[in-house]
Amino acid sequence: MPDLLQLLETLLANPWVILGIKLSVLLILLPATLVVGYVELKVMAHIQHRLGPMYPGGFHGWAQTLADGIKFIQKEDIIPRAADRMVFAAVPFLTMMGAALAFVVIPVGPQWIIEDLEVGIFYALAVSSIGVIGVLMAGWASANKYSLVGALRMAGQLIAYELPLVLAAAAVVMQAGSMSMVDIVESQRPFWLFNWPQGLSFVIFMVAATAEVVRPPFDMPIAEAEIITGAFTEYSGMRFAFGLFAAEYIAFIALSALATTLFLGGYLPPIPALDWEPLRPLWFLLKTSSILFVLMWVRWTYPRLREDQLQRFAWKVLVPLSLANIFFVGALKLTPII
Amino acid sequence: MAKIPDELTKARVTGAGTLRTEEMILNVGPQHPATHGVLRVIVTLDGERIVEGEPVIGYMHRGHEKLLEQRDFRQITNLLSRMDWLSGINNEIPASIAVEKLMELEVPPRAQYLRVILAEINRILNHLMFTGSFGLELGASTPVMYAFRERELLQEAMEMVTGGRMHFGFIRPGGLKEDVPKGFAERVLKGIRQLIKYIPDYENLLLGNEIFKQRTVDVGILDPELALEYGVSGPILRGSGVPYDVRRTDPYLIYDEFDFDIPVGAKGDAFDRFWVLIQEMRESARIIEQALEGLPPGSHLGQVPKRLTLPEGEIYSRAENPLGELGYYLISNGDAKPYRMKIRTPSFSNVSVAPHLLKGIYVPDMIAILGSMFFVVGDIDR
Repeated sequence: MPDLLQLLETLLANPWVILGIKLSVLLILLPATLVVGYVELKVMAHIQHRLGPMYPGGFHGWAQTLADGIKFIQKEDIIPRAADRMVFAAVPFLTMMGAALAFVVIPVGPQWIIEDLEVGIFYALAVSSIGVIGVLMAGWASANKYSLVGALRMAGQLIAYELPLVLAAAAVVMQAGSMSMVDIVESQRPFWLFNWPQGLSFVIFMVAATAEVVRPPFDMPIAEAEIITGAFTEYSGMRFAFGLFAAEYIAFIALSALATTLFLGGYLPPIPALDWEPLRPLWFLLKTSSILFVLMWVRWTYPRLREDQLQRFAWKVLVPLSLANIFFVGALKLTPII
Repeated sequence: MAKIPDELTKARVTGAGTLRTEEMILNVGPQHPATHGVLRVIVTLDGERIVEGEPVIGYMHRGHEKLLEQRDFRQITNLLSRMDWLSGINNEIPASIAVEKLMELEVPPRAQYLRVILAEINRILNHLMFTGSFGLELGASTPVMYAFRERELLQEAMEMVTGGRMHFGFIRPGGLKEDVPKGFAERVLKGIRQLIKYIPDYENLLLGNEIFKQRTVDVGILDPELALEYGVSGPILRGSGVPYDVRRTDPYLIYDEFDFDIPVGAKGDAFDRFWVLIQEMRESARIIEQALEGLPPGSHLGQVPKRLTLPEGEIYSRAENPLGELGYYLISNGDAKPYRMKIRTPSFSNVSVAPHLLKGIYVPDMIAILGSMFFVVGDIDR
């Protein structure tokens, strides 16, 4: 933890990094949230045999999420009387920040990166779990029993899923021999589209990432049929929009981008002939979007697991599997394949 | 408002001297996303484990039994269709049967057939609704949309006949309010065919889904003897393996003329109850097809006097509502209104067994169990 704090300190001492983060949040992440939110509405609707939003903005309801955002901003800001006001109000900042900070190290192209940290992947995984502290705070500060149950579920889920997530990423680090994100992408050059020696790590990473961003089938902390909206039950208006929706979508995009970087060759094109510098962000976006699409597909297909079943699955299946996977990658490392 | 029992308001302190843990009382409902209305459950939690769950009912009591004493026998059908709002026709039928039996009215065969058809369509509509809502409660938000797609065709057929989508008010003592319009049979057949075509989809999405199985198999096992003690009926009792169906055990209308099976579950868990629900849609579709085939021509209404005055007497009339056995105990003192009409609704008896199932389980299981009890709050409280 002190290492991470030191790292954050040195990182944030650089004004260009701060500017980069601010600009990317304002110009890329918030609009991206709206776009991904809109696409999710549409994907959900078509999976469910509906049309989804059709009117706002004219063309296929493209402005639906924008209108939703404006509506959220207009709403009255309600803080329950029994709530711990300071903590309650601080939550959306924390959940948003945790999700957004991971973007500092994600390479959209070899030059298109805010800061290519030497410990890039370590940093990305560490900051992406800051949001959980926000959820825990929301649970305690709301003075609501549903919030408390939701927050504790979230904490339990984090402990269960952080380990497989980190172990899956560790296998990639072993392959690349570096924690820098650009190095990791470059190490996948021989494989281009899919880093097949990491197939198992990819599956483990995706399952753990779904649990990390609290999307079905692992959305127990906000299971609306059981505990209303979990830790965010008492939130409304803008705090709800930023604390839950925006944070969830940013984390969702961040983890998909991370998965793209670790397993799908990041900004590398699908075939070597197309390796042309200006096109690289396009490949990155395409790959990230496909992961986002698959995760949406999963979300609208499966029911929700139970908290104890998730714990059992994480500790009895995913952790042993990811340990075995590390041995497997270690063995591959002795061969000339990687 | 119901008084909360004293022992429920005092949280107990547990833990073996080392770590003090307190039980938490969580008030689920009356407004809660998974209670389909205003059912309230007071649960005592030890962490995520439910120590005790106590349903509190009565938030939707509208005094139906008293209101019925102020209505004549044609008007009561309109009130009755508002008890279990998902199956109006099924609520109306036994009331008309009671009046017909007391007055010794003849119901023409066409009306009998049409009653069966409408009742079974209504049963399918009800079952589709619960198919969707059960998935929704377990976190699968897609099946409900599929269920509503199939519902819409049959709902339109009902609308075509009765003019209403929920409160039909179409059954009259002696027959029906009107005959069915032209094209009714084709509409219904189209809806039935689409339903039969897509039932495998529901089975794949839910019954065949590994997560769904994990959430429902061995969850909320209802012992058949306990169920019978509490007067549980309908798909919930059949899910526990008791082949009790009023359509078979005490045939009313002309159910004894049709060929249909009574699906029963093996274990009595939430999965079995849901499985029974899905299979019953198939059986209802079979009955409708047979009834449409044999639908005789003739009048839709028998010889009925303008003013319905019942002779003195009492009668118990019952029917298989989509959710279980619905019974009316009608006492007439020779007036044009019922002297007393006691209603036995399926949801009331079905939900009263819930405290036995809500013990020592996790919070998500509570939702799965309540979802698989298939209740309508209006039917509990009436």
